[in-house]
Amino acid sequence: MAEHIIESIYRFLPEIALTVTLVAAIVADLILRERNRHVAWVVLAGLAVTALLVLGQRGWNVSIFSDTIAVDPFAVFFKAVLLVAGIFIVLFSMKSRELEINSSRIGEYYMLITGVIFGMFLMVGATNLLLMYLAFELASISSYVLAGFTKSLRRSAEASMKYIIFGAVSSGFLIYGISLLVGVTGAVDIYGVRDALQAGVEQTNALYVAIIMMIVGFSYKITAVPFHFWAPDVYQGAPVTITAFLATASKVAGFAMMIRFFRISFMDSGVLASPSFDGAASIVPWHLILAVLAAVTMLAANLMALWQENIKRLLAYSSIAHAGFILMGLALVTDEGISAMMIYLAIYLFMNMGAFYVVMLVANKLNTEAIADYEGLGHRSPFLSVSMAIFLVALAGFPPTAGFIAKVYIFGATISAGMIWLVAVAGLATVISLFYYIRVVRNMFLVEPHESQGPVQYDTSSVIILVLLLVPVLLLGVYFSPIVNWAKQAVTMFGM
Amino acid sequence: MVLPEWFAEPGLNHFLVVSAVLFSLGLLAVITRRNIIMVLMGIELILNSANLNFVAFSRYGLLSLEGHMIALFVIIIAAAEAAVALAIVLNIYNRFGSVDVEQISELKE
Repeated sequence: MAEHIIESIYRFLPEIALTVTLVAAIVADLILRERNRHVAWVVLAGLAVTALLVLGQRGWNVSIFSDTIAVDPFAVFFKAVLLVAGIFIVLFSMKSRELEINSSRIGEYYMLITGVIFGMFLMVGATNLLLMYLAFELASISSYVLAGFTKSLRRSAEASMKYIIFGAVSSGFLIYGISLLVGVTGAVDIYGVRDALQAGVEQTNALYVAIIMMIVGFSYKITAVPFHFWAPDVYQGAPVTITAFLATASKVAGFAMMIRFFRISFMDSGVLASPSFDGAASIVPWHLILAVLAAVTMLAANLMALWQENIKRLLAYSSIAHAGFILMGLALVTDEGISAMMIYLAIYLFMNMGAFYVVMLVANKLNTEAIADYEGLGHRSPFLSVSMAIFLVALAGFPPTAGFIAKVYIFGATISAGMIWLVAVAGLATVISLFYYIRVVRNMFLVEPHESQGPVQYDTSSVIILVLLLVPVLLLGVYFSPIVNWAKQAVTMFGM
Repeated sequence: MVLPEWFAEPGLNHFLVVSAVLFSLGLLAVITRRNIIMVLMGIELILNSANLNFVAFSRYGLLSLEGHMIALFVIIIAAAEAAVALAIVLNIYNRFGSVDVEQISELKE
């Protein structure tokens, strides 16, 4: 037992490093006082150390702390993605003008970001239902505070309020679903749930309710329609840096937890969709329900995005639509679908963060988030506008950007799983999405700026961060085999 | 089964029914109430209905003491969430001078 705990602590080092970073951020905030914006460097250093420790975990496939957390390639893949997101968010925050009005509290801000990343690390690794719920809440409760961080702004206050109300209700759905699932199966970890479902359960009605409740709980986190209604308001009201964080990292972690849970508990036991499963649970076509959820999400979000005038709100709807594309992979109930989801999530992170970063830079200088104010930006700040155009083209899914690769894999997996109608819907949704992405690009390049508007300049460090985001979006469009292989390998080594 | 018999000996189903009623009342409060504090009370009802499930399954069902343990964790999470929520509501009151959900909706096109 003692050896197991010591072994577990050794395998748990990245999370421990994050906890140390969190404490170091608090201490640094106290010591630095007036110069507390330097806490960002402490957090960056901590995240870099964590990244090294995560890289050292490649190839591991163990279960630690009495089967509550898995350290497998799947978890390591997502930890790496989340760390990239975290590092970029800290860099963005150092550049954000919006956060300066709260500069006296900026230390707490970085501390909370570290806390959210810690919660997300647990989300992607947890195999115990209680730990999954606790990790979900750890990430959520810190996010509620972050969404309202610029608390003197009315929009930020409103965003945090809406976020916590909808978040708390959906976590209530999740824990109610977990309570029924745990009661019906008598197991508190996902492997136990799988075994119990394979053996067959008596109270199938309670099981149905449990699965529905858990789908609702997860759908909120990944913003699937019709559980998305909080997202546009929260994304618009929160500081841009936090919006970028919620739209990428939070969604990635939510998907990772959902994939692990559905894959082990429901897919392996045949509840999700399996002709060979003769248990009562297969009467309900759960995979079709997920597919319809994905289709509705793609169509509705893309249609609603057409009428948006605020760029943050537009990107919010765009990110909801992308959740629909990603959710397709889970509805296929194949390993190919899951690896396509992982590829999509990793690429989605870069292109969406890039778009939000440009929005932040524009807001820093021009103090606007209206799409109309992007008119003529191509003439005033060419590099920024070209980058934005590339990110938007990637989000729309055109070659030679990474967004094309992401779409190719998820569409390909859907076709090989035989769900042609879903691909047709996804294709239609992609066409719709073109209109609003291109509208922004058109505003930037095809409209002449007013006489009074001079060029907009940015300092070197801002441009370097932009290039750091631009390179993966373009590079992964032509040289994508490493990430594809990593994702495929992670899926095959799933769950021991 | 005659109704009086059903009430005579409390079992798992009784607790599940009560918790389902609690959950529905909580959801009703969240949807219909306009005062944020009342909405938060509804959320507490939802979380406590899950707690009731855990403890009932622990006593009558397949779960051992794990159910009690999970319920304790959920109570703690509920307290943490309520603390953050009340802080946010306080901030809302300072900004908007109201805790009415309908009046706090400026984020629209």
